[in-house]
Amino acid sequence: MNYNTNEKGYYGEFGGAYIPEMLYPNVEELRQNYLKIMEEPSFQKEFNQLLKDYVGRPSPLYFAKRLSEKYKTKIYLKREDLNHTGAHKINNTIGQILMAKRLGKSRIIAETGAGQHGVATATVCALMGLECIVYMGEIDIARQAPNVARMKMLGATVVPALSGSRTLKDATNEAIRDWINNPVDTYYIIGSVVGPHPYPDMVARFQAIISEEIKWQLNEHEDRENPDVVIACVGGGSNAAGAYYHYLDNLEVKLIAVEAAGLGIDSGESAATSVLGKEGIIHGSKTLLMQTEDGQITEPYSISAGLDYPGVGPLHAHLFETKRAEFVSVTDDEAMKAGIELCELEGIIPAIESAHALAIFEKQTFKPEEVVILNLSGRGDKDLNTYIDYFGL
Amino acid sequence: MNRINQKLQEDKNLLSIYFTAGYPKLEDTVSIIQNLEKSGVDMIEIGLPFSDPLADGPTIQASSTQALKNGMTTKLLFEQLKDIRKTVNIPLIIMGYFNPMLQYGVEAFCKKCQEIGVDGLIIPDLPVDEFHEKYKTIFEKYGLINVFLITPQTSDERIKYVDSISNGFIYMVSSASVTGSQSGFGSEQTDYFKRIADMNLKNPQIVGFGISNTKTFTQATKHTKGAIIGSAFIKHLTENGVDTIGEFAKKILE
Repeated sequence: MNYNTNEKGYYGEFGGAYIPEMLYPNVEELRQNYLKIMEEPSFQKEFNQLLKDYVGRPSPLYFAKRLSEKYKTKIYLKREDLNHTGAHKINNTIGQILMAKRLGKSRIIAETGAGQHGVATATVCALMGLECIVYMGEIDIARQAPNVARMKMLGATVVPALSGSRTLKDATNEAIRDWINNPVDTYYIIGSVVGPHPYPDMVARFQAIISEEIKWQLNEHEDRENPDVVIACVGGGSNAAGAYYHYLDNLEVKLIAVEAAGLGIDSGESAATSVLGKEGIIHGSKTLLMQTEDGQITEPYSISAGLDYPGVGPLHAHLFETKRAEFVSVTDDEAMKAGIELCELEGIIPAIESAHALAIFEKQTFKPEEVVILNLSGRGDKDLNTYIDYFGL
Repeated sequence: MNRINQKLQEDKNLLSIYFTAGYPKLEDTVSIIQNLEKSGVDMIEIGLPFSDPLADGPTIQASSTQALKNGMTTKLLFEQLKDIRKTVNIPLIIMGYFNPMLQYGVEAFCKKCQEIGVDGLIIPDLPVDEFHEKYKTIFEKYGLINVFLITPQTSDERIKYVDSISNGFIYMVSSASVTGSQSGFGSEQTDYFKRIADMNLKNPQIVGFGISNTKTFTQATKHTKGAIIGSAFIKHLTENGVDTIGEFAKKILE
């Protein structure tokens, strides 16, 4: 079984580039150049230097002693929450801004849901002195005010997406429309392993630094490169793609993907795509997505804005279908409880996205000798209001 | 012969009109088609509404959203159209995004189109290669013409490729834009129309995006076979309802 894309951008049955002809020249330019550019020594050098000096990599692999004691197994946290801007998102935006520069683009667009990818994009645009326009659903702008302010401070223009349900999927539609209207000077920085080929593969490669580091870090801790289990939350799936990447072909490493069940799988208010979705096309990619019988894309729900997406990247659809990864869903309540538990046991306030992954320990038992790695994709500062409201703090 | 091909042989510039099925009211579909034929329009594109229409601007998006709210579905559209050939003879094309077709089943969808008397399909997000590899034989089996888009950014080589696998006309997107975002054509567009005309393709070209009145219709058809009006017609429906369709078409064709 192959877990990488073929040259047409398919992971098994999933992926491809289902785009209107207006986008073809841009996507084709990227497809023809992305691997070549990423392999250039000067690109590698600049990318790695920025990850080290600007992002603060390598992010630590931390043995969570008290959490491990509680759940009677060996839990390591990959601390993506300690990155600049507070999550794994910046690994990708650093990579893509360097890509955009090498392609000679001067105007950057992005979509954002909770604002994390928007902030990470605005950050690298400020760093490189490039114009930045971020599309964000009108509803998300209202509920994520601090991140909107951050983007503005960083010099970005935040454009409200007023169409459809006015959330992440509509912000993505608007970003794509902008790209159609500006085909020459504009580069679209997609925030997850979604969209038309080559985006899912390119974003996974930029995030692959996560598992690349885990390998040598685990060697230092445990004298072995491979853990028994890798756990990550999945919305679009970029942090999971990065955490799995170098273990995909190593079948001894169990992969667990945690999706957001929202108020419950059968509640009608959920974002558990692998359970509720079926094969279809969203944002230029064939994948699993939540839709009506008639093929209209439906609106997901999760307390975590970062997991609130009706699809999942084509890599993850493939991992699900081939059973390479086990998909588990976690409700709002389970995630919030796990989030607070990490605060109390380890002194770390996790993003609510990452808290979904942490909730796995109440649902599954691991053996005492097993080495379990959990990708702590982001920090919880951005979620303070949600924590306050939920727990009445 | 397919009605589209017959129409393309007529010695005149063709006016094609796009509307969204189920808009303004759910039951307007048939009466809009009948009125358009009566008013002298040459071809009709029936928009199958989609929740996430990537290539469309605000006007068509809003009409799609409303049509879905009204209750439009693929099944219902086919139901509404089942007797359409008893009353009209105009070429009919369904224009829609690929996901609803995929969910209906591509073969079942094409079969239904043939039963009804739909002549062709325009699916903006079904790439040429994908169509060529997986769906061409199905379309041919049911006698459907598939229409591909080209834009000012499309390379000559790709235009020739599109021409080689087209069997009706080529949908020429007037400029790099979503639908409904242009207010007139400059020399950049007219040069592009001429450039493509000079390529002497085997399929005639029909221009879409940015045509809203007699002036833009005339500009667009100077070097091409015809033009498609979408957003401007939807706006007309929104403001004036279905009863004045004749006036709209007459004004363009004056």
